[in-house]
Amino acid sequence: MSQFLEVTGLRKKFLMHILNDKNIDALEDINFSMEEGEIIGLTGKSGSGKSSLMKCIYGTYLVNEGSIWYESDTFGRIDLVAASEHEILQIRRNEMTYCSQFLQVIPRVPALEVVGEQLILDGVGHDEAIETAKTFLDRLSLPQELWDAYPSTFSGGEQQRINVVQAIISSPRFLLIDEPTASLDVKTKDVVIEMILELKRNGTSVILITHDEYTLEKLADRQLKLVDGKLQELATA
Amino acid sequence: MVKENSDNWLLRVRGLTKIYGEPISNSIRYTGPKFGTNQCPETDAIVACAEIDFDLNHGEVLGLVGESGSGKSTIVQLLYFDQEATSGDVKYRGFERGDTNLLSVSNQKKRYIRNHLMGMVYQNPRDGLNFKFSAGGNIAEKLLMAGEFHVGRIRERASSLLERTEVPIPRMDNVPSSFSGGMQQRVQISKAIANNPPLLFLDEVTSGLDVSVQAKVLDLIRTLQRQLGISMIVVSHDLSVIRMLTDRTMVLKNGRIVEAGLTDQILQDPQHEYTQLLVSSLL
Repeated sequence: MSQFLEVTGLRKKFLMHILNDKNIDALEDINFSMEEGEIIGLTGKSGSGKSSLMKCIYGTYLVNEGSIWYESDTFGRIDLVAASEHEILQIRRNEMTYCSQFLQVIPRVPALEVVGEQLILDGVGHDEAIETAKTFLDRLSLPQELWDAYPSTFSGGEQQRINVVQAIISSPRFLLIDEPTASLDVKTKDVVIEMILELKRNGTSVILITHDEYTLEKLADRQLKLVDGKLQELATA
Repeated sequence: MVKENSDNWLLRVRGLTKIYGEPISNSIRYTGPKFGTNQCPETDAIVACAEIDFDLNHGEVLGLVGESGSGKSTIVQLLYFDQEATSGDVKYRGFERGDTNLLSVSNQKKRYIRNHLMGMVYQNPRDGLNFKFSAGGNIAEKLLMAGEFHVGRIRERASSLLERTEVPIPRMDNVPSSFSGGMQQRVQISKAIANNPPLLFLDEVTSGLDVSVQAKVLDLIRTLQRQLGISMIVVSHDLSVIRMLTDRTMVLKNGRIVEAGLTDQILQDPQHEYTQLLVSSLL
């Protein structure tokens, strides 16, 4: 049976023309595979390449060598490294979601609209999308008076909750999520963990980056540790 | 789920070139980013853009970014027939099933395509609006050109468009010069989409606006894009505008495409020296 995701010989370096063609090696000879419905925890020190690997899979970073075979719903088995921009966009629209550490939204769009947008794009009616958005924000105890406010003005923890809800509200098939619990209190952290586990029960496959031992232990089926851009060991949680 | 393939294009552009002055074969060879100029060393001809190739898919938003004089505005002006291309091949699915090169059709057909099948929003509202007509009159003008002559329906359409773009209906009969810059821009957007075009060009539409108004206009454009599924080409020197609006981006310098890719890739992993400079200069 073919794997959900299979990364082979992946290499990523940055050539910085404006720094006199300085070369920075980010990832070297990365090999791993993943089964459908699995949650893989990516660990390692800051700068070890975790986010780079995630961005290579999502297509934000161009890969220098190797391949990323993905069992796509839309196209069947496809190498994301060789896929066209239009194919990547289609996969992002239909099945793969990336949740970064930082919120990036248009200023002056209310929280509920930001969070409900993906559902509306999926064809859900506006009112229903907003209702669903409310339940999610409520579960994450985002104060009601903020629902109509603009997320770009929120605190770090509030922005993070918007970010997480935005990524998971439409139950993506493949979720790449970077530090979802970093600036949250323990209670809210548990809610985020439960939400991700709910996705998993519905078949979502997840790659998770976290520095938080608690989140890692609760969520990850397996850990991959990066050291200086290389995959070090495989441990079973 | 619709399986997308390379055949989902709405607009297909190949070899689009605009040269002012006396073009010779060396004009293209000796200009471009490699030479840091768009002026032909032999004839002083200006190569505004050359050998531009791209596909725009249905419902896609494509960004054109680059410094002043890079050729980004020229490209949309050629596609909207504001200027005549020197050479190139442009196919548009909305017109004769995409079999005909738009650049070689008659002026009458070009007018038809402009009036029925495309929309343009300019940086300066004066280029897109007739300042002697009221806001409603401007929208009516576009609808008349698109073949709608029923006064009641025109009036109705104009008010629904102005409502959608949040221009107060009681001001429908005022002239644009009595409006603020942001409001003029929203009237211009209403006018540009009045004929329900599948394809809309936006040329530096937020550049002249206050920051507080910019966000509103950007949100309006995004909402319209999502609701109506319009394909768009967004020209801007502002990378934040490009980031918020577009799926893919082409970076232009000296009239050539130096890099093209997914917008997040262009912004976070730029490959070309010029793009790296551009991105690292972002405030």
